[in-house]
Amino acid sequence: MELDPILLSRIQFAFVVSFHAIFPVFTIGLASFIAFLEFRAWKTGDTIYTQISKFWIKIFAVVFGMGVVSGLVMSFQFGTNWSAFSYATANFLGPVLSYEVLTAFFLEAAFLGVLLFGRDRVPQGVHLFSALMVALGTFISSFWILVANSWMQTPVGFELQDGVFHVTSWITAIFNPSFWPRFFHMGLASLLTAGFVVAGVSAWYLLRQRDVVMNRKALGTTMWVLLFAAPAQLVVGDIHGLNTFEHQPTKVAAMEGVWETERGAPLLLFAIPDSANETNHFEIGIPKMASFILTHEMDGEVPGLLEVPAEERPPVGITFWSFRVMVAIGMVMILFALAGAWLRFRRRMYASPLFLKGLAWMIPAPFLAVVAGWFVTETGRAPWLVYGVMNHAEGITPALTGGMALFTLIGYVAVYAAVFTGGVYYLVRIVRQGPEPADAVHAPAHAKRPLSAADTFVDDAAVSGARS
Amino acid sequence: METTIDITLIWVVIIAVGVIAYVLMDGFDLGVGILFPFAPGETSRDVMMNSVAPVWDGNETWLILGGAGLLAAFPLVYSVFLPALYIGVFLMLAGLIFRGVAFEFRFKAHRSKGLWNAAFAVGSAVAAFAQGAVVGAYIQGFEMDGFSFAGGPLDWLTPFTVLTGIGLLAGYALLGATWLIVKTEGDTQAFAYRVAPWMLAVVLLVFGAVSLITPFIDPKVMERWMGTWQYLWVLPALALFSAWVLIRAVRRRDEGIPFVATIALFITTYLGLLVSKWPYVVPPDYTFWDAASSPDAQLFILVGALFVIPIILGYTAWTYWVFRGKVTPETGYH
Repeated sequence: MELDPILLSRIQFAFVVSFHAIFPVFTIGLASFIAFLEFRAWKTGDTIYTQISKFWIKIFAVVFGMGVVSGLVMSFQFGTNWSAFSYATANFLGPVLSYEVLTAFFLEAAFLGVLLFGRDRVPQGVHLFSALMVALGTFISSFWILVANSWMQTPVGFELQDGVFHVTSWITAIFNPSFWPRFFHMGLASLLTAGFVVAGVSAWYLLRQRDVVMNRKALGTTMWVLLFAAPAQLVVGDIHGLNTFEHQPTKVAAMEGVWETERGAPLLLFAIPDSANETNHFEIGIPKMASFILTHEMDGEVPGLLEVPAEERPPVGITFWSFRVMVAIGMVMILFALAGAWLRFRRRMYASPLFLKGLAWMIPAPFLAVVAGWFVTETGRAPWLVYGVMNHAEGITPALTGGMALFTLIGYVAVYAAVFTGGVYYLVRIVRQGPEPADAVHAPAHAKRPLSAADTFVDDAAVSGARS
Repeated sequence: METTIDITLIWVVIIAVGVIAYVLMDGFDLGVGILFPFAPGETSRDVMMNSVAPVWDGNETWLILGGAGLLAAFPLVYSVFLPALYIGVFLMLAGLIFRGVAFEFRFKAHRSKGLWNAAFAVGSAVAAFAQGAVVGAYIQGFEMDGFSFAGGPLDWLTPFTVLTGIGLLAGYALLGATWLIVKTEGDTQAFAYRVAPWMLAVVLLVFGAVSLITPFIDPKVMERWMGTWQYLWVLPALALFSAWVLIRAVRRRDEGIPFVATIALFITTYLGLLVSKWPYVVPPDYTFWDAASSPDAQLFILVGALFVIPIILGYTAWTYWVFRGKVTPETGYH
């Protein structure tokens, strides 16, 4: 069989970017949580907030470090596998992605060190300010990344000269039509991710009666955030969907599994899309609901996939099912948020084993939802790299062979498997070791690197007391 | 011909300075990794790692900045070098990742220390070799079809690029050894004094061979050095002078001079390479100006770069200042 460099490069990109995305989506939300805790500690003088913050800063450091490592690979993917795309779009994407890198380094150089290591060396106000700046910086970083992605989804503000994109209006290109819905959708996703992880870990401790006061506080605070963020995501997600419906109707047709353009399209709960025969099997749906959601009219028209030629349709199955996974997890999140509110009202939130166990099991859910969501928007863009302007075949590295792409795909899978198994294993160890008392005194860590903020060991001592 | 400021030239300077800054800074910590397996004992390895622990990741930020900066300012370089060095880039990244992880986990490990030692050494060596091969591939030039690379997957791996790969491997080891002379004492320092001359010997051999071969690969280089630009010979003369100073300083057991002399050797060699190829950045046919992005794109990102780069430089300088002085077995950064 001939190896297809385009397909292999797409799989490779999907793989590395999915692995990468789960780290920043967590750290963006967690940075805000830490900043909030530092603010409360500063405002109230209550050391419980400091204790919670100290523990989560350790987690933050390790995850941030893993994000940097996987980001290193990302910054070379565009050039190695998609060089024609890189060359054509560099006038816009080059500066935008560079601003992301500059933001990240500025943040690291100026504030991250103080946040991770400066607690006992700078005034509390300065430490709080650093926490706020780190939180702000992570949002600015995501701003630039989402500018780049949104522009690829809804490209505007450019003209083509000899196949190269030239920016005609930076403002128009940066604030392109799908930017704001995407930005708020991702921002809420970050809060939800961090929220469910903090809630899940706190619940896990509470089930074991460990550090009860601290973990009650953490869970109590987080559930308020989730009560706001989970339903808000439903609204923002809907706005984002309508935006996609306006600008990328083919993507929405794939998300909803609509082949023929129809009025009163049903909302499919289950179906097996069949691209070869241009139909669905085993459809189960709610009549007219898709039309209602997308057009706010029971008999609104939803353009189908058959409106465009087969080679301009995205892979329907992946888009369709990723969308359902994302939405289903979103609904479960709302249920947990509401259940939390109800239990809080009944004063049983910290005492319901079922609820706490459920939260602990929810830890992987937001990550799955985020990756599924990106699968929807990225797969749904296919076959376009720059929507409607440049497709995969035009953007691929011309000299790339299937063999080369396969070699590095296997290579990255192997490297990531080794590195991130290690990373996750280490995070689990930190959690198992648990938080320290609020007044714990540390030997000063001198190294100003993220991972140095964590002091858990990766393996057990062969000789007890070897820890120095 | 025009009175406006040439932004592309500013970017040439930024990228050129950025590359040598990266080579010198990540060079010595990669070099420490290359020398790692040959160190006299585990205590010495602790010291070696501690000598670069506070600064290595800061050093690597320049590589990421360089990648993004090239995409923004010289997209042709980005979109030709990366496909042309496809396998090499992967090996370099894999090497850097393993090495970075080893850095963090070795200090937090007991039983698995040997594993992290190996990952650190192999990762460092592979990354260094791959970067050396990039230099060789640049000298060789690229087979192009219009504005894209049209050569084969292993064009970058020729006897010549293997030579430059070994050259940079030895060069980084030399930087690492002279860094250790500055930063350590006792056994580790003695070890560094011992290996430095050997590494220098390999560097000079490769330096000589590359200098002899390059004019035959690229006739433009021959013409430049043998033609009207003969004052260029001051660069190799300075390089050899640096090598002599280095050897003499190692003999006399000077501590600071070997590292400074190695840096001088690197800079003069680098300048020699730049003037040999100037103004071509994607040889044989494309200059920096051919490779540049549009002026407004270069200007847009220049604003950010001029704001952030001084801050990163300041932070870097501060870090080196904070961690000045000798590293001893008692110094633990962890």
